[in-house]
Amino acid sequence: MEHRGLKYSGFKVIKEALTGHKGWKPVWRTPKPREEYDVVIVGGGGHGLATAYYLAKEFGITNVAVLEKGWIGSGNVGRNTTIVRSNYLLPGNEPFYEFSMKLWENLEQDFNYNAMVSQRGILNLFHNDAGRDAYARRGNAMILAGADAVLLDQDGVRQMYPCLDFENARFPIKGGLLQPRGGTVRHDAVAWGYARGADSRGVDIIQNCEVTGMVIENGICRGVETSQGTIKAKKIAVCVAGSSSRVMSMAGMRLPIESHVLQAFVSEGLKPILPGVVTFGAGHFYVSQSDKGGLVFGGDIDGYNSYAQRGNLPVVEDVCEGGMALMPMIGRARLLRMWGGVMDMSMDGSPFIDKTHIDGLYFNGGWCYGGFKATPASGWCYAHLLAKDKPHPVATEYRLDRFKRGAMIDEKGVGAQPNLH
Amino acid sequence: MIIHHPLLGPRDASEFVYKGDASLINRPDWQADNAPELFHDYLYLRDNPAGEHQELWYHEQGDRSWLVVTRNTLTHDITNVELARDVAFAKQANKSGRVEKSGRGKK
Repeated sequence: MEHRGLKYSGFKVIKEALTGHKGWKPVWRTPKPREEYDVVIVGGGGHGLATAYYLAKEFGITNVAVLEKGWIGSGNVGRNTTIVRSNYLLPGNEPFYEFSMKLWENLEQDFNYNAMVSQRGILNLFHNDAGRDAYARRGNAMILAGADAVLLDQDGVRQMYPCLDFENARFPIKGGLLQPRGGTVRHDAVAWGYARGADSRGVDIIQNCEVTGMVIENGICRGVETSQGTIKAKKIAVCVAGSSSRVMSMAGMRLPIESHVLQAFVSEGLKPILPGVVTFGAGHFYVSQSDKGGLVFGGDIDGYNSYAQRGNLPVVEDVCEGGMALMPMIGRARLLRMWGGVMDMSMDGSPFIDKTHIDGLYFNGGWCYGGFKATPASGWCYAHLLAKDKPHPVATEYRLDRFKRGAMIDEKGVGAQPNLH
Repeated sequence: MIIHHPLLGPRDASEFVYKGDASLINRPDWQADNAPELFHDYLYLRDNPAGEHQELWYHEQGDRSWLVVTRNTLTHDITNVELARDVAFAKQANKSGRVEKSGRGKK
């Protein structure tokens, strides 16, 4: 293939600019599925493509297909609010997310693609003493896991974000927990960069190929039925967060997951006002400003089972109320776009990267609405599990049987309900 | 979404609290030999269907009744609403183990 081995460079960009951009080629192939692969990855989203990329690059397994029912990156990797961070509390989570953060930091050099990784910092605000205590504890947990954290007082926050409503009568801003290495990443480019990197190493990315059934013989998964025929494989790696229950039901499995809708919003373009990511501590509202100037924000899930990829107005009102409480100037901005994505809401708010009880069938899902930041580590750890049949050291807790064992990873500390984070 | 309450008529869904799959009515037998396993499945596992879904809604901002709402998770269309107590009593009456339509719901 002509595009293989082509490296992007500043020289190439200038050359193409001067010659009418006629030299650019498609960056991945459109192959027909072969009869059999070593590994078939179901789901061409961020996590699935990252899994294929790291399987090929880090573990030397290149006889791999990624099956995507639509076009790659058409699901949640293109619907999130692009935030990356590793500000978790629990030992089962924080090392994993810090591993992901380190991969983000070197991602563009690693896959030679501009993903616009911008470490502009993420600031979680607190509004009372209890909030400060909780964030001091969280910050210490982050530092113990090798991440970075700075506890800011009110003046510290005021210097960074003078536009916020510090003297709000109900929720005055008392300070915040800052992770300077957090930030945002161009989410589509993450999918494209991983796809290009996987394809150039021999992975077949097969789009418009919906999985319609599992081929299971004597308790062993030997392949998948698809809209493009049966494809055999030694290992089937399901990676379809949002639709996990639907796909795994083809193997007769019920999961500790409900699918819920999460909405996200973009305002009209504004002059630069927010240098980083800010989250409101008294309600659920998070916001950053895109390079085009739009305020990108979101809040709670709608709160009922849904596969509709669109939400309802009460949550729009709730999210905008959070925005108004945090930064009243947002009230003068018009909402440009809003959309919804389907979230795998697990019963403790934490994900799964695990083998199933069916030999050859592997599962990655349950990312709730925090899957984007996890993309590199999810791909790496899933590839590790597929290649070595052992969990990666930072992903040992993401087991499907953890509820049976009483080993939930319950960041919020509220028990079994599928509406956490 | 508008939920047609069997007693109060059309009410906005924001008056309600959502609880989840209506199979949560079917609490397992705590004296069964495999009760821990039954309760694990009851508490954590879900069918999570794409399409018709029977689910519990609590009218917290209204008459505090529990409802069983039949709603399509792909379209958000609501096709049937019943009082959860009617559903539970109907289930007790025929002991079939699954949520039955009581016939009192509004289409």
